Amino acid sequence: MFDFSQLTNWIHATLCGLMPEWAAITTECVLIGLVLLMVYSLLALFYIYFERKVCAAFQCRIGPDRVGPMGLLQSFADMFKMLIKELISLNHTDKFLFALAPYLVILASMLAFAVLPWGNGLQVLDFNIGIFFLIAVSSIGVLGILLAGWSSNNKFTLIGALRSGAQMVSYELSIGLSVLTMVCLAGTMSVEGIVMEQKDLWFIFSGHIPAIIAFIIYLIAGTAETNRGPFDLPEAESELTAGYHTEYSGIHFGFFYLAEYLNLFIVSGVATLLFFGGWMPLHFPGWDGFNAIMDYIPSVVWFIGKAIAVSFIIIWFKWTFPRLRIDQMLTLEWKYLLPINLFNLVLMVLVVVYGLHF
Amino acid sequence: MEVTTKSMPYDAWKDNEYIESLVKELQDNGTNVIVGSLDKLINWGRSNSIWPLTFATSCCGIEFVSLGAARYDMARFGWEVARSSPRQADFIMVAGTIVHRMAPVLRRLYDQLAEPKYVIATGACAVSGGPFKKSYHVVMGVDKVIPVDVYLPGCPPRPEAMIYAIMQLSRKIKVERFFGGVNRQEKQEEFLKNHPIEGAED
Amino acid sequence: MADTQEIIAGLFPEAVFEEGDILTVAIDDAKWHDLAKALRDNPQLSFDFLMTIVGMDWGETLGCIYYLDSTKYNTRIAVKVTTSDRVTPALTSVSDLWHIAGIYEREVYDFFGIVFIGNPDMRRLFLSIDWKGYPLRKDYDANPDINPVPEENERQSDFTDVYTRDADGKVECHQERVFEENDFVVNIGPQHPATHGVLRFRTAVDGETIKKIDVYCGYIHRGIEKICEGLTYPQTLHFMDRLDYFSAHPYHHCLCMTIEEAAGIQISRRAQVIRVMMDELSRIASHCLFIGTFCMDLGATTMLFYGLRVREQILDIMDKTCGARMTFNYECVGGVMQDLAPDFVDDVKALLKVIPKNIKEYDKLFVGNVITKNRMEGVGVLSRDNAISWGVTGPSGRASGWACDIRKTAPYSIYSELDFEEVVRTEGDSMARFKVRMDEIIQSARILEQLVDNIPEGEYCVKVPKVLKLPVGHWFRTVEGCRGTFGVYLESDGTTNPYRLKLVTPSLPAAAVVDSLTRGGKIADLITIGGSLDYIVPDIDR
Repeated sequence: MFDFSQLTNWIHATLCGLMPEWAAITTECVLIGLVLLMVYSLLALFYIYFERKVCAAFQCRIGPDRVGPMGLLQSFADMFKMLIKELISLNHTDKFLFALAPYLVILASMLAFAVLPWGNGLQVLDFNIGIFFLIAVSSIGVLGILLAGWSSNNKFTLIGALRSGAQMVSYELSIGLSVLTMVCLAGTMSVEGIVMEQKDLWFIFSGHIPAIIAFIIYLIAGTAETNRGPFDLPEAESELTAGYHTEYSGIHFGFFYLAEYLNLFIVSGVATLLFFGGWMPLHFPGWDGFNAIMDYIPSVVWFIGKAIAVSFIIIWFKWTFPRLRIDQMLTLEWKYLLPINLFNLVLMVLVVVYGLHF
Repeated sequence: MEVTTKSMPYDAWKDNEYIESLVKELQDNGTNVIVGSLDKLINWGRSNSIWPLTFATSCCGIEFVSLGAARYDMARFGWEVARSSPRQADFIMVAGTIVHRMAPVLRRLYDQLAEPKYVIATGACAVSGGPFKKSYHVVMGVDKVIPVDVYLPGCPPRPEAMIYAIMQLSRKIKVERFFGGVNRQEKQEEFLKNHPIEGAED
Repeated sequence: MADTQEIIAGLFPEAVFEEGDILTVAIDDAKWHDLAKALRDNPQLSFDFLMTIVGMDWGETLGCIYYLDSTKYNTRIAVKVTTSDRVTPALTSVSDLWHIAGIYEREVYDFFGIVFIGNPDMRRLFLSIDWKGYPLRKDYDANPDINPVPEENERQSDFTDVYTRDADGKVECHQERVFEENDFVVNIGPQHPATHGVLRFRTAVDGETIKKIDVYCGYIHRGIEKICEGLTYPQTLHFMDRLDYFSAHPYHHCLCMTIEEAAGIQISRRAQVIRVMMDELSRIASHCLFIGTFCMDLGATTMLFYGLRVREQILDIMDKTCGARMTFNYECVGGVMQDLAPDFVDDVKALLKVIPKNIKEYDKLFVGNVITKNRMEGVGVLSRDNAISWGVTGPSGRASGWACDIRKTAPYSIYSELDFEEVVRTEGDSMARFKVRMDEIIQSARILEQLVDNIPEGEYCVKVPKVLKLPVGHWFRTVEGCRGTFGVYLESDGTTNPYRLKLVTPSLPAAAVVDSLTRGGKIADLITIGGSLDYIVPDIDR
């Protein structure tokens, strides 16, 4: 398996040869930032196209197919349009907070990108509480949504933002607990550590029953975290026109739009990391020939492929289920998911303590 | 210069003198190479991504729903992202009758759209009042309230006609210039001068 | 009918009876409220359903005709109340007896300027507060300079007028707040995806809970009733397409029947069969679209496309025969415009094959879903008594246990010969309203099955005079539209134009009942309830 750290170390060594170490690190930071931005926007555009195509398939339609080959350039056209759309400034609003909100949302998803295990050795930041950092930064997003709703001075956005606040705060618990369950199994919070723990068998297999329960809960809570259907109450089209971003136009709206898809990717990416081995190829203990063949597929492809597969399930949810009502959504979290999750955590602890996992 | 869109042959369009005159104006004035290419890129983006506002008052609105459904599938052209918030939409398809009580609301919706914004008057009612010409409460054509870019007759127009109308709009966007020059902005400003916005805008 | 007359004559000796197609009672305004109370509460009469209030301007006098139905005895009566005061006309309100009377009286006030004393909410319904004149009066000045297209936002008032009569009989007006002073009022509409058009709900909310809804209509009021007065009878027909555009065929059917009855025209059996088939086809198409839009309101967008799939197939059939996808203008006085398309029968048979499969699919995909059940069951429960008092007819009324299908209670055309069931449920919640429509699709398909092989030969349209004049008189006919009882009141003065054409649509009561159904519910429930009542906004506003 190709280790990307060879490449990164070589770049570091070359740069250090050309300039002092502090300058080299600065240059690297800028480079990484640029690369992340590129990946970020390309992924978002791909995801928009992907969802439109998938949704069309579910609805017996074709979906975008006129702009570029197979409609692949459709999202690029949308991006160009969005970039030059007028940014409307509103009267009687807190202009600073109004402008700040979309950047906060974007920032949250950007930061989360830093710790995702893209490939073997291809990770911006690896430290011993990586998964904890991920949960922490992804919570910043709700701040942006709340600010957006409040600063727009519009009743719909306010209701949308408050719904979103209630939803995020509730479902963060489920996400946290199901992540904790898996951390229990892994025995480490470091992202690289979690991936390496799965080099023989993915956690979804080795953790069997508690891992599967945790995965299902994580998927439900993750869908809720990204404000996607059937949990899209904050932007429920038929109730609140466009929810918390009703008043945003142009690229500010574009940021919310992109962030929605990026969050989808992040949630799927974390699911991949925790349950499907991150960039780790599919390995089964004892099947050496099979494992060797699997290793030929590059690690980046493994990670992105698995993430897209999980996203596909989440998109599937959205285009199948009707929306929940706010009280039903909170009931689901506090009366069902949370107790099951706590029980599942205890179960996992027992499994780990008695070594019942594979 | 042949202005066409969505891989339609140019012959299919030749009946539109308005666009021809715009093209002529473009060619007469000449253009800067860099600005011109940038304009082309922007116009390519804009003309291929026109998002409608979810707005329907009567029958034509139902045909607009059919336009989104599997048989006509406007998603092929990338028009299916119907936004409910006027801030995020590119054009209003005025689908249906506009009456006195609705007129200020429509005007407000138009004002709330972010630039560049377009209007398609869909159906006989929106074009001229249609079958309700004798009514005491119907606005005889939405062009009395907001500037209209494309008129689409029919009662209601078939979805095929709606596709044609949006394509015409798409062509019209293609011959505009973002950086000055041939631009519908001037005409729009003229209209707005004659129909001033009342009170404080918010 | 004689019994009814005797009972009323016994109670109110001053009542004047007119014999027509139905029993008509004329009564003085002072006694009207007592009579109304007796009509509703007397167990031998029990006229519990107020079909409509027809405002009238007879030149000298203004007045109202109340059409009342007894759901118990299946009888109908008309009550005529008049006033000769044209400057400040006032009648007694019966909004305390029938819920729906409140909104019907507002409509009469809007069109004729008749004030109803005791109505708690006497605002204009369709026109703005600043509208000058009352458009349906015969002396209304239609000069556009008097009421120009407004440039400014409409003046809004937080208050409503209430008229009361004090001890000496003097009429007084005072103002009351629509909402409480510190209510948080959200405007849902007029441009809002969930209102299915341009209806506006002024919604007072407490957090997510709804306290009160003020239904604000008129955003697509086109004054069809007034326009019709200036057109000949065949010309008035095409407006029926543009009221409830999904029930174009049944509505056409109703007006044609009324005109044919008035003119004494007998139509051929072939035309009758074609009309009934078209009615049932449009009922299926309408209910399919209902399933789609309702599910989309709940967030399941995909169902919309599944519902539209069947509808497109029906539209193809219509397209071939009528030449249009939506506004057909197919039925005409004397029959139908043109004969059936050659492959009509095959197309209908193909459709009948698809429908059961599709219904099963919808059932599996949507109805069995746990989220759907939670969203719909027990939401917006409408009791049978309330359904009658609010006049909610059609599938929504039948979901509350009120057997109100005109095709069964007062069969018209060839419905009495057909074998089909009236779908009635007792739960009265949104789920019941949804399921009634699903089952009605199957029943309509049954009717089509019986007819598709038995379309008789014959002429599709009988000869009618080029210039159609109706004799002096008035007629009131009802049919079962896709959304409920549609009625036409036609008054003729012997010329080629109707003197008054009143259209009784099922959507206005459906919109009026939203307030009482949603109180205490969540904002999301408003969407569920509004969707399940399935009102069409141009049908409300006319």
